[in-house]
Amino acid sequence: MAEKRNVIGKPLRRVDGRAKVTGQTRFADDLAMPGMLFMKLLRSTVPHARILGIDAARAEALPGVKRVLTGADFPIPFGILPVSQDEHALCTDRVRFVGDPVAAVIAVDELTAFEALDLIDVRYQPLTTIADPDDALTISEPRLHDYGDEGNVHKKVALDFGDVDQALASADEVFEDVFFFQGNTHLPIEQHATLAYLDPDGKLVVASSTQTPHYLHRSLSKVLSLPAQHVRVIATPNGGGFGGKSDPFNHEIVCAKAALLTGKPVKIALTREEVFYCHRGRHPVLMKIRTGVQKTEQGFKITGQELQTLLDGGAYGSYGVASTFYTGALQTVTYQIPRYRFRGCRVFTCKPPCGPKRGHGTPQPRFGLEVQIDKICHKLGVDPAAWRIANAVPPESLTANWLKVNSTGLIQCIEAVVRGSGWNERYRKLPEGRGLGLACSSYLCGAGLPIYWNELPHSGVQLQLDRSGRVAAFCGATEIGQGSDNVLVACIAEVLGIDPFDIRCVTGDTDLTPVDLGSYSSRVTLMMGNAAIEAAERARALLADAVARKLELPKARLVFAERRVFDGENPDVGVSFAEAVRLAEAIHGTLGTTGSYRPPKSPGDYKGAGVGPSPAYSFSAAVVEVEVDPKTGWLKVPKIWVAHDLGRAINPVLARGQVEGSVYMGLGEALMEEQEYRRLPPKLSGANVHKFPSLLEYKSPGTLDMPEIETYLIEEPDSNGPFGAKEVGQGPLLPIMPAVANAVFDAVGVRVDEVPVTPEKIAKALGAKSRRFGPAKFPEIAWPEPLEVPPPWEGGDGRAKNERPRKRDRVKGAVIAPPVEELRQSGAPEREPAVPALKKEGRPS
Amino acid sequence: MMRLPRFRYFAPRALDEAARILAGEGPEAALVAGGTDLFPNMKRRQQTPTRVIGLRGVSGIRGVRAAERGLAIGAMTSLTDLERSAEVRAAWPALSRAASLISTPPLRNMGTLGGNLCLDTRCNYWDQNYEWRKGIDFCLKKDGQVCWVAPGSPRCWAVASSDTAPVLCAIGAEITLVSKNGTRVQKVEQLFHDDGIAYLTKRPDEILTEIRLPDPTGWRASYWKLRRRGSFDFPVLGVAAAARLDESGVVKEARIFLTGVGSRPHAADAAAEKLVGHPIDDARAIAEAVDAAARLAKPLDNTDFMLGWRKEMARHYLAGALSELARAQL
Repeated sequence: MAEKRNVIGKPLRRVDGRAKVTGQTRFADDLAMPGMLFMKLLRSTVPHARILGIDAARAEALPGVKRVLTGADFPIPFGILPVSQDEHALCTDRVRFVGDPVAAVIAVDELTAFEALDLIDVRYQPLTTIADPDDALTISEPRLHDYGDEGNVHKKVALDFGDVDQALASADEVFEDVFFFQGNTHLPIEQHATLAYLDPDGKLVVASSTQTPHYLHRSLSKVLSLPAQHVRVIATPNGGGFGGKSDPFNHEIVCAKAALLTGKPVKIALTREEVFYCHRGRHPVLMKIRTGVQKTEQGFKITGQELQTLLDGGAYGSYGVASTFYTGALQTVTYQIPRYRFRGCRVFTCKPPCGPKRGHGTPQPRFGLEVQIDKICHKLGVDPAAWRIANAVPPESLTANWLKVNSTGLIQCIEAVVRGSGWNERYRKLPEGRGLGLACSSYLCGAGLPIYWNELPHSGVQLQLDRSGRVAAFCGATEIGQGSDNVLVACIAEVLGIDPFDIRCVTGDTDLTPVDLGSYSSRVTLMMGNAAIEAAERARALLADAVARKLELPKARLVFAERRVFDGENPDVGVSFAEAVRLAEAIHGTLGTTGSYRPPKSPGDYKGAGVGPSPAYSFSAAVVEVEVDPKTGWLKVPKIWVAHDLGRAINPVLARGQVEGSVYMGLGEALMEEQEYRRLPPKLSGANVHKFPSLLEYKSPGTLDMPEIETYLIEEPDSNGPFGAKEVGQGPLLPIMPAVANAVFDAVGVRVDEVPVTPEKIAKALGAKSRRFGPAKFPEIAWPEPLEVPPPWEGGDGRAKNERPRKRDRVKGAVIAPPVEELRQSGAPEREPAVPALKKEGRPS
Repeated sequence: MMRLPRFRYFAPRALDEAARILAGEGPEAALVAGGTDLFPNMKRRQQTPTRVIGLRGVSGIRGVRAAERGLAIGAMTSLTDLERSAEVRAAWPALSRAASLISTPPLRNMGTLGGNLCLDTRCNYWDQNYEWRKGIDFCLKKDGQVCWVAPGSPRCWAVASSDTAPVLCAIGAEITLVSKNGTRVQKVEQLFHDDGIAYLTKRPDEILTEIRLPDPTGWRASYWKLRRRGSFDFPVLGVAAAARLDESGVVKEARIFLTGVGSRPHAADAAAEKLVGHPIDDARAIAEAVDAAARLAKPLDNTDFMLGWRKEMARHYLAGALSELARAQL
C-alpha cells in the first residue's frame, strides 16, 4: 500500500466506544431537565379525511395537562426538499394516513398526556382512500396534494441517453422483466426522541435524534418564524438512523413550539408504532427492465437498456423526488451500458411517507438489474462472474448518463468473492437444494449537490489547538453509530501526528460547529474527511513554521508523529507536540484553523443531472449461499461472502462493522422485511392500517439468525477521498437481495422476481409452470416528453438537446469539472483534484 | 407501546393469601407470573386490570420435583429452568425442547410454565396498541363488534400460541387449580376453550399452581414448531405428538395436538387413531395420520406467513413430528 500511516488503517478503538459499552452515552431519550414536561401526539385513525373540527376542551381540563396544540398553531409548511414543502407539523385541514399527527398534548407526565389524547374529539369527513399506486394512477380526485405532476402523481421523470429504441431493435435478443421490491423500514433500535427548551437567554435549544441537524435547524427557523441564529440544534448520538432520521420531523417542530409556548423543557419520545408512522423508508417499487444484448465470442454485450420504475411514495413528498431520480441514476455505474432510457414515476398514497433508507432508491432497480443479468447469463450460457468482470465500467470514465466514475475496485471485489466462495468449483455444481448467487453494486460517496441550492461548502471543520497539546475538532457531522466522530479524529490525528485520544471532538451542534450537511448519502467520510485534512494541514503548517524556526531546520524535513515534531533525518532532534503548539502560539497568537469541502462539479448538465453525481463511487460484490427445501420452499442462508471497495479503510474494524451491518440489513430485506398495510372489507370499514407496526411482527432477523459472513475490504484508493477513502455505510447492502434471489435459482431452478424472497413465494414458484413468482406486468403510464441527452461517446456535452432554459444557472466558482473532451477519450484524463492535494511533505516515510 | 396504566399491585407470600386476595378483588384483578404476556398487553391497553396480583413471592409453586408416577412442576417455574431441568429432559425431552423454542433467553428467564399455558390468544388485529385498534374500530375480542379475521363469524378467532400447551396435552399432563374454595385437578387439555376470547376454562378466582407430568415409561413425544425466525417468534404452527409403544415398537396409544391453527390446541384424535396398532415407523400409517390431521389445520389470515402455504406446511410438520417419534430413543 501507499505510505505508512500511524492512525489511518489501524484497528483503533472507536472514540465513542467506551461511553457506549458502559452505558454512558446520552441518547435523546436519556436527557432530562428539572420541570420538564412531556408531549404526546394524537394521530389520525383514518386514512384520508378532511378535519371538520377539533374539540380539545375535555383534554385541556384534565389535571396535569398544560397545553394542547393543533394545526392552527402551525400555518407554515415544511419539508426536506424545497420542491416538496408539503408537511405541516400538525395537520391543518386534512389527514392523509393513519398516523398523521393531528394534535399534541403537553402534560406533567407521559401517562397524563397519553390519557388526554383520548379526550380530544376530532370530527373527520372521510375522503376516498388512495391505497396503492393503482389507485393513484386511476383516481385523480381527490388529490392528496394540490401540487405535483397531475392527479395523485407526484413526479414523473423521462430521460433518454441515446436512441434506445434503435439499440434494442438492433440487438440479437431483448430481455424483458418485471420486478417488485417491497417497501421496508429502517428499524433503528433507538426510537426518535426530542427535548426542546429555552436557554437562559431565552433562545430555543432542540436536542434531537436527527441525522441532519442543519436541515432541522432551517426547518425550525422557517416554521417557527425564528431567526436561525437564535435557534440551536444539538444532534444527540443516534441509536441508529439508516436514513430514518434525516427528514425534519413534525414531532421535533411541535416539541420546539411547545417549549416556546410553555417556557418549560418539553420532551417527546416516540413509541415504536410512531417510528413506523414516521417511516421515510424504502419505497415499494414496481419496475420493468428491457435490455438488448449483442452476442459476442466471450458472451454478450449490452446494446441498450430501458428502465421504468413506479414508486409508491406514501402521503408526503419527503425526499421522494430525489428517490425517484435515484431509482434510475446509478444503474449505469457498474456495467457498460452504451445507451440508457429511464422513466420514473412516484405517486402519493394514504400511507406513511417513504423516503431515504440505506441505499436510497438504488437497491430496488439494482435488484432488478442483477437478477436480469443472471437470467441473461443463464440463457446464453455465460458465467455471471466472468461476464461482470468483462463488462465492468473502467476507472476514470463517464457513463451514458454522464456520471464520472473515478476509481473502481469492482473487478477485485468480484474476484475476491469468487475465490472465497469457491464459485468456479461450486456454482451450478451443488446438489439440488443448494445454490450460490452472485450480485454486484455501486454507491455514492456523498451526493454531488446539497438538498437546497447553494454554493457553500458541504462540510466544514474547525480546529482549536491548546497549549497543553489538546486539539479540539468542531464539525456539524452527526454520529449515528456509523463512526463519523472516529473518522474526524483519525484524519486529524494522522496529519498532526498525535493520538486520536488527544482530540476533543465536538460534533452536530449548530451553535458550536461549522455546517456539515448531515449523515446521509454516505457523504461524511469523504466530505468531512477532506475538510478535516484541510484544517489539520493548515494547523500543521503553523506548527511546522514555528518548529522549523526553533530547530533551524527546513520545514520539509519535519515529521509529525508520536506526539512529536522532529527532524526526519535525525529523529532525536525535535519537540513534543505540546511544545510545538506553544512555539506556534507565541508566534501566531491563539491557534485555530478551518477546512471545508465542496464536491467537484458533475459533467452532466441536464435537468435531473443533480441526482447521481458523486466525487467517488464505492463498489461491492457478494456471493450468497442458500439451502432451499424443494418440498416446502424453506430458505436458509448459511454463508455470505462480501467484498467492498472502500478506497481506503480509515479504520478496518469499523469498516467491517459497516459491511456486516449492511449485510444484516440487506438480508432482512431479502428474506422477510415488509412495510405492509391492511385494508378491511370496504363495506364494513374504510381502515387502511400498517399491518404490524411492532418489532415482533415486522419480521427482521436477529443476531442469532445471521449467517457466517466473510468480508473482504478492497482498497482501491480514490484521488477524491481522504487518504483515498470512499464510503462503506450503504453500498455493501445492495448486492445482498439480488444475490439471494440468484442463489435460489441456482438451488432449485425457480425465479422469485420480488423482494422479499420468502419460502411461500419459492413454494409457489416451485408449483408454477413458469417456475417463477413475481409481478405480471407494469402499468401503462403516460410519460412526459423525454429529455434527450446524447451519451458522451455520441457527441454530447452533458446537456439535453431539447431542454428549455432553466432558472438555475450553472454554479459559479465551483471546483472545475474534469474536461469533458479528455474524459471522452479512452486514455486517462488529467484529473483536477477536488480538494487541495494531500501534501506529502512532513509525513513519516 | 405506551407506559403501563396505573394499577394496584398485590404481593402475597402464600398461596392461600393469593387465592383470598384474588377472590376478594373480583374480575377487575389479574394474576401475573413472569409478566412477559400481561405487561406488554397492558402497555397496549389490551388488558387494563386495576388490580394485579403478583405470584412471584408466593412460596411452594416453583421448581421441579418427583411425584408419584411422574414429575410435578410448579407453575412459577421459569421457562429457562424448565428447559434446563435434567429430570424434565430425561422424562419428556419434547417438553424441554418446546420450552427452549419459546421467545428469547431474557423472556424465558422471566416467563413461567404456568404463564405460558395461560398465554392470551394472539391475532394480528388484536396484538396492536390502543390507537391502532381504534383505527380499525376495535375488534370483537375487546371494545369492537366484528372479528376482522372472519367478519361474518359470531366468534373470535384469535390463535392459541403456547408452545408448551400442545406438548402437555399430548403427553396427558394434568394441572392443579387452587381457589379460596378448594382445589381441583384436571387434564391440561381441559383448560382450553375453542374461543379466542374465553379461551380458558379456568375460573377467574382460580390460580394455576402445578403441572403434573405422567410417568413416561413406554412413551415418546415430539414437538415441531413453524415460525419465521429461528431466534424467536410465536408458533404459526405447532405439532405435538406422543405415542406409547409396546416392546415390539407397535403403537398402543397415540395423541396428536396442533397449535397455532385455532383458538386452542386442537386434538387430532382421528389421526392419532391411525397410528394405533401399527409399528411406529410404518410409513403408510404415518401418511394416513398426516392426511387426517392436516384436515384440522384451517389457518386464518391473522398470523405471519401466507395462508395457503401454512396449510400445506401442516402436512410437512405432521410428517416431521410423527417420523421423529420413530427415531426417538426410548
